[in-house]
Amino acid sequence: MSIPLLDIKALTVEFGTRRGVVDAVRQVSVTVAKGETVGIVGESGSGKSVTSYAVMRILDRAGRIAGGSIVFGGINVGKADERTMRDLRGREMSMIFQNPRAALNPIRSVGRQIEDVLIEHSLATRADAREKAIDVLKAVRINDPESRYHAYPFELSGGMCQRVVIAIALACRPQLLIADEPTTGLDVTTQKAVMDLIRELTAERNMSTLLITHDLGLAAAYCDRIVVMEKGRVVEEADTATLFANPRHPYTRRLLQATPRLDSKVADLLPEEDSRRRTPSTRPPGETLLQVQDLVKVFPGKDKGDEYRAVDGLSFEVRSGESLGLVGESGCGKSTTSSMIMRLLDPTSGHILFNGEDIGAVPGKRFAGHSARASLQMVFQDPTDSLNPRWSARRSISDPLMRLASVGGSALRAKVEAVAEMVGLPDHLLDRFPHQLSGGQKARVGIARAIALEPKLLILDEPTAALDVSVQAVVLNLLVELRERLGMSYLFISHDLNVVRLLCERVLVMKAGRIVEQGSAEHLLDRPEHPYTRELLAAIPHPPSSPPRVSSESEDSVIAARWP
Amino acid sequence: MSSSSVKNFARHARYVMTENPVTALAALLFLLIVIAAVAGPALVPYDPMATNDTRALQPPSWDHWFGTDHLGRDVFSRVVVATRLDLMISLAAVAMAFVIGSAMGAVAGYFGGWADRITGRLLDTIMAFPLFVLAMGVVAAAGNTIENIVYATAIINLPFYARMARAEVNIRRNAGFVQAARLSGNGDWRILAQHIFPNTLPPMMVQISLNMGWAILNAAGLSFIGLGVRPPTPEWGIMVAEGANFIVSGEWWLAFFPGVALMLAVFTFNLLGDGLRDLVDPQRRT
Amino acid sequence: MVRVPKRLRLVGYRLLQAIPVLIGIVVVSFLLTRALPGDPAVYFAGPAASEESIEQIRVSMGLDRSLPVQFLAYVGDLLRGELGQSISTGQPVLTELTTRLPASLELTGFALLFSIAVAMPLGILAATRPNSWIDHLCRFVVTAGVSLPTFFTGLALVYLFYFLLGWSPAPMGRLDILYLSPPHVTGFYVIDALIDGDFETARAALAQLILPAVTLGLFTLAPIARMTRAAMLQVLEGDFIRTARAAGLSGNKVLYTYALRNAILPVITTLGMVFSFALGANVLVEKVFAWPGIGSYAVEALVVSDYAAVQGFVLSMALLFVILNLLIDVTYTLVDPRLGMED
Repeated sequence: MSIPLLDIKALTVEFGTRRGVVDAVRQVSVTVAKGETVGIVGESGSGKSVTSYAVMRILDRAGRIAGGSIVFGGINVGKADERTMRDLRGREMSMIFQNPRAALNPIRSVGRQIEDVLIEHSLATRADAREKAIDVLKAVRINDPESRYHAYPFELSGGMCQRVVIAIALACRPQLLIADEPTTGLDVTTQKAVMDLIRELTAERNMSTLLITHDLGLAAAYCDRIVVMEKGRVVEEADTATLFANPRHPYTRRLLQATPRLDSKVADLLPEEDSRRRTPSTRPPGETLLQVQDLVKVFPGKDKGDEYRAVDGLSFEVRSGESLGLVGESGCGKSTTSSMIMRLLDPTSGHILFNGEDIGAVPGKRFAGHSARASLQMVFQDPTDSLNPRWSARRSISDPLMRLASVGGSALRAKVEAVAEMVGLPDHLLDRFPHQLSGGQKARVGIARAIALEPKLLILDEPTAALDVSVQAVVLNLLVELRERLGMSYLFISHDLNVVRLLCERVLVMKAGRIVEQGSAEHLLDRPEHPYTRELLAAIPHPPSSPPRVSSESEDSVIAARWP
Repeated sequence: MSSSSVKNFARHARYVMTENPVTALAALLFLLIVIAAVAGPALVPYDPMATNDTRALQPPSWDHWFGTDHLGRDVFSRVVVATRLDLMISLAAVAMAFVIGSAMGAVAGYFGGWADRITGRLLDTIMAFPLFVLAMGVVAAAGNTIENIVYATAIINLPFYARMARAEVNIRRNAGFVQAARLSGNGDWRILAQHIFPNTLPPMMVQISLNMGWAILNAAGLSFIGLGVRPPTPEWGIMVAEGANFIVSGEWWLAFFPGVALMLAVFTFNLLGDGLRDLVDPQRRT
Repeated sequence: MVRVPKRLRLVGYRLLQAIPVLIGIVVVSFLLTRALPGDPAVYFAGPAASEESIEQIRVSMGLDRSLPVQFLAYVGDLLRGELGQSISTGQPVLTELTTRLPASLELTGFALLFSIAVAMPLGILAATRPNSWIDHLCRFVVTAGVSLPTFFTGLALVYLFYFLLGWSPAPMGRLDILYLSPPHVTGFYVIDALIDGDFETARAALAQLILPAVTLGLFTLAPIARMTRAAMLQVLEGDFIRTARAAGLSGNKVLYTYALRNAILPVITTLGMVFSFALGANVLVEKVFAWPGIGSYAVEALVVSDYAAVQGFVLSMALLFVILNLLIDVTYTLVDPRLGMED
């Protein structure tokens, strides 16, 4: 263990941009020993991916290693010639990426792509390449490898594609695997399967792994040691247990705190001295506001047999002042459900009763003029996509007020500013365009637009999925505050049971268009009954649940008393 | 509010120009073309129609910068005066094609269904012909006049705008900001006109500029083969056609200068395309 | 395996899709011939026709009957290959077009080969070295290429290579009058002469062909180079290229097997547009070089208001274009495994 397999010392990577040279990575030092799994954790812009690209020397054209050294197995990667690097890549160290489908050549069968690597590194000849490629597919636990050999990436699921990418990376039995956000965008159950596979295969072969991730929970579950990066620098490095038990750097502490744990409350996500911390009130919910009965949505297929039942007989209700969570993996029908309730999509059958009126019977096309329009609003998943790129923040927030409340002139101006203030958006940002705002600011604009009309029901469609955890912590607390102030009901849609639980008293678990289980958040977490709920829960990686500091325990008793 | 936005726009235009000198060059050329089109007849030294047998086929000189043609007419004057006609034909054609085409495409892309199918069939039929050949056929059938050149050029330009508008509208039809606009109580037509269509303008601007160049080429090509504009009217295509007969005997200037003018005009619009995109695209506004 | 019949079915589907397009072409060409603002009989009889001959044409074309009946008669004529008589030469239009078609095909085909051979490497080079001098050169050539009127380029080349340098023969048709045209096999003079073993004639035919083909090729160079560059740049930025590089594949393998094969797909689709440009510009080039193809035939017919000839030309060009587009579609269907599998 004396000489590490990978030794990065004081690495600095520069990027030439329009505004001059920018340091993406500054003075970063990381080591990975043989057989060790090291996690590099950081939020967007922390330089974690750039570091890993520098190790493989596959930086973009604009980037270059400006200082420091990277030594891998005795070879100085920074100085090696391209030929040596090509022999190293794939053979000695290899890499897997996020978005596995895009990471594969779309018009080459997966078997051939594996063969290419084997032949390139002289581990197979044209004669036996096919047989060896099938062996590799078998090694990554792909069923029926003989026929999968001929498959093209678009014919495989995301999880299956990631297995193929792993197969390519491990085909030549390298010593180091760099995994760059390998499960971002995959469902939690798929994520668990992929990560377990990586762990199993690397352990089998005594390989080292460098896991790049934004998810502290994931790093905690799979890494021996964790390096925390912020703005291009390493701020802290420790073995996993130590890091969680005793984080030293304030940024690590903040990050740790912002990552939801099994037992954390929404206020716990922010530091104790932060004035934005909020605790949901314990008022019991009021009258029934929304009642969904036997909701069905069928999408016609190309042929008769192809029709697809996205939502299949859904019934539930939301009471006024209540937050209901709707949890499920991609394709379970949760977004289709929210579109139907928002009247953006017409149901095939069933009823949507809002304040007793069946709004499901009003065609979506004509709903713009309906009296309930202002009471039903939504916050969208992708803050960038949900803002008109040619409109300033002010105009986006004004739009519903002008259209549905007929506010104009100075009243409009005052109202927009009041709403912006409510969501914590400073006045001077109001005249900016979306591309001039950060992700968190765009999310605030989207929320401001949705609450401007003081709706009765607000649907939150994965409102924090595109945000960094520290921003997510702030936004979640903001949502708690807004609900109290405006007396809204929430329907919170997410794939992440752990986040939903923070905001919602009651949770529905959906699978294949149906509800498989429902109940109070605590009940579902503590005593899940349906096997699918259990599977979901088991798949979510958690940081160790002991709180980092004593402070949040004082609130525990209060919050635990919320729902008897 | 409006005066400040004008100032903003001017500042942004200056930024675009200084950032990309090619755009500045294109803007300068464009200005020259506009001046020639507006004030051309007033600026030229000779009457473009006046023949003079004693001065026929003279090479370029101080008196006649671009030489004289076989009838002794001043080539420089004719080239400058022709600018207006060439520009008007293509401008009218492109404007017509843009207005009709983008409206058709936007409706087809937004509403889909029958509107889309009918538009699609119509465009497929136009595109089934080699476009210049279709223009020839239309002018031959409808009559050999300048108006018909404009209509023919508009018809063959139409599919570009319609297809582009359709595609650009279609990808935004279910964008988050469009759904948000629906929740804000906007009806379909308002969403199409205020939310989606303005966002399709940057790529359309580029297309307009490129098509202007292409329209000029087509109109000139039609008159080169004897359609539309007729001699002795000064027009670049005809002048090249007339000069073509003298190339093999070495009198190059007859065809050369109108040809270069034509080329520069097209070149200008092609370069301007990229500059225009920078100008109207708020993504690049800093 | 299962994949082959699926592919074939897709090809069959592509062929079927051409049918509505063909109907559209026939309708448009009918409208162009019969629904003219003036009196079609006057047009078809030609400028020098007498009252009786106009009346005769009116009856023979069926112009005294209703439009639907006329349309059916028109379709019937087309099915029998009846495109009418050329008033200037007195020959059936179909015969003249078929004898002249090989000349046009030879010119267009040669031009496209030239422009693909130059444009694709240029586009690839530019894409692999963005912002280098070769990229700037590529951009300049591309913009200049689309800005050059073909008839002007042709004249400039004639002046330079014929008048000034004397390297090329006079721009007068396919073969200098000193030579006899080679025995007809394919209709392409260069190929026919080679088949005949007459290298002297082949050389002479090629010498005549080079300038017009380069003129036409320069015009179609731009869209191909532009598209190749854009497609290559986009593909090279793709995640799967990064995977291939991270797996240690060699530069050539990444560039050709991975990047180029993906980039070629959008280039194939733009070839349709390129053919459209090429067939249109073909008319102008044939006029400049007195090339005896169907384009110059149409121009001559236009001058004397020979409408049957012009309409026959428009129709045959459209049919040719449909066939070329079909070839592109079928190639694409066979090359891209994703097609028809997704929604």
